[in-house]
Amino acid sequence: MKSIILRTVAPFLTGLMILFSIFVLLRGHNAPGGGFIGGLIAVSALAIYGIAHGVETVRRAIFFHPMAIAGAGLFAATVAGLISIVVRVPFMTGLWIYPSVLGVEIPLSTVMLFDTGVYLVVIGAISSVALSLEERGGA
Amino acid sequence: MAASISPPADLSAALVLAPSTASEWLVILPVGWCLAVGALLVMLRRSLGLQPVIAIAGLAGLVLIDGLLLERVAANGPMTMVMGRWLPPFGIAFTVDLTGALFALVAASVALAAGVFSLADINDSGRRYGFYPLLMVLMAGVSGAFLTGDIFNLYVWFEVLLISSFGLLVLGSEREQLDGTVKYGFLNLVATTLFLVATGYLYAVFGTLNMADIARKAESLRDSAPLMTLVGLYVLAFGMKAAAFPVNFWLPASYHTPRVVVSALFAGLLTKVGIYALIRVTVMLFPVEREEMSFVIALAGALTMIVGVLGALAQTDFRRILGYLIVSGIGSILAGVAVGGPGGVGGAIFYALHSMLVMTGLYFASGIAMRLGASASIVTLAGLYRRHVGFAALTLMLCFAVSGLPPFSGFWPKVMLVKAALDIGAWWLAAALLLTGFLTTIVTGRLFLFAYWREAADQSGEAVPVSAASLAPLAVLTLLALLIGLYPDPLLRAIQSAAAGLAEPSAYLNSVFPAGGSQ
Repeated sequence: MKSIILRTVAPFLTGLMILFSIFVLLRGHNAPGGGFIGGLIAVSALAIYGIAHGVETVRRAIFFHPMAIAGAGLFAATVAGLISIVVRVPFMTGLWIYPSVLGVEIPLSTVMLFDTGVYLVVIGAISSVALSLEERGGA
Repeated sequence: MAASISPPADLSAALVLAPSTASEWLVILPVGWCLAVGALLVMLRRSLGLQPVIAIAGLAGLVLIDGLLLERVAANGPMTMVMGRWLPPFGIAFTVDLTGALFALVAASVALAAGVFSLADINDSGRRYGFYPLLMVLMAGVSGAFLTGDIFNLYVWFEVLLISSFGLLVLGSEREQLDGTVKYGFLNLVATTLFLVATGYLYAVFGTLNMADIARKAESLRDSAPLMTLVGLYVLAFGMKAAAFPVNFWLPASYHTPRVVVSALFAGLLTKVGIYALIRVTVMLFPVEREEMSFVIALAGALTMIVGVLGALAQTDFRRILGYLIVSGIGSILAGVAVGGPGGVGGAIFYALHSMLVMTGLYFASGIAMRLGASASIVTLAGLYRRHVGFAALTLMLCFAVSGLPPFSGFWPKVMLVKAALDIGAWWLAAALLLTGFLTTIVTGRLFLFAYWREAADQSGEAVPVSAASLAPLAVLTLLALLIGLYPDPLLRAIQSAAAGLAEPSAYLNSVFPAGGSQ
């Protein structure tokens, strides 16, 4: 798109939205949010960037093919369920660890890994659709 | 874990506290394994050479897992694992009994055969469009449907396999494929919606979705709740999925368009998932309602058989003939469900397993025939016998098997079904079964005469080499059909105890709710 306003604003907007999407992903455990909605926000960020700077730029910026990102997400989600085999509890049982980084306790869990997987699946699948639609429409 | 930060509470009221054993993990592993391998394949989408290797190794692993699972279930009875260790009926339960394990193992074997066959059938563009990841996700859906013990979860696995089947159907994006996919997709979406409506209704009536819980509550609700309506909805929805008359038209309209290996997979797996769900719901959950509906199911079964085989008789396209034969086989299975009892249900399960192997094999044969004869129509196909004798012999054996002639796998279920029908005095159902067998013999005889025995017009038909990758799976499936026909005893015993487990599901209930269990 030719609009100079959009082209100038797009990088900031995209960065902000991606940051926000990660925030939404992480707060999802106990509050509204989560992987699905976070992923959608991230995809809208990529779509805006694509409209402003062209699909090729986005493809180069995310480095991996969108479908590969989705695959990684699905893999992460499956692994999150399978980890519990080690602790001898049933599939998909939530497991937590509390490592302390610089004196701050950070709760990490398989639930979060699962949600991150969902986040990646949504980013991969929807951005794959959005980018190829933009490619056709833009020309 | 969670207990370390929360105030002490009686966790035993909400959670499964006993540590899960390795054999319990076999219950969920088929699904987790397929999803993980599928995801890996999506990530490696650029390594086209690596895709089939990983997929076939993955499917071989799946066969192994399902084999171990069957062995465990046969030895110890039904096994349950609840997701996230929440106690049933709140946690989603995966419960495997002999029926589910048998179906899962045969489905995995069929998928492995299809994986090998695809080496010769799926080219680079098919690989690039994700044939192998879709195959693995399809298997995750199919395994999930066979192993789950929760009716809404069953719906979810139906969705999973439906979505990957859409992907597989349009692989190649030809005009007829899109046409076939639209018909397939539309009817399946209607069926899925009906399934969902019925499940919502069931939840409103029972307040639970766990199958074991439904089975034990059905008795007390029988007087007050509209269970017949529920079962009617389920029979219609699963009948559509299984392509039973009068909702069978989508199958012959779509199964001849995709790649051969995709048709073969669908022939082996998809309608059988519908049949499995029908057996599970009518025979195990609502036996009284099944009894009352048995005439309707029997009538639908008889009509499905006859309409299917007559349709096959009228077709000239190799794969369309097979499509109608699948429909006809579904009719025989429905007859077994309608008759009920150990003979009827056992016959239905046996027939379904036999049909999975044999129909997949026949679709492989159609693919090889199309490559040998460069045509899909039996009007122009000719002289295949002269071109490749071994292949012709394998096809002939499968033709015998599908017609229910001894010594192949189709013979025993047919005997069981006819005997069960005569035992309850449904002579017309037995007559329909026998007539269908006779007509199927004519269909396959016509197929073999035209495409194989008839001399080719151009006499150029020398022996043409067929790749081992396409011949080996065909040979293995044919030999399995022969083996089951010659030594039916082990399978027959397993099927009889599977049918008994469906009719008297106390072991299944015990596995979900140990010792009666509180709610």
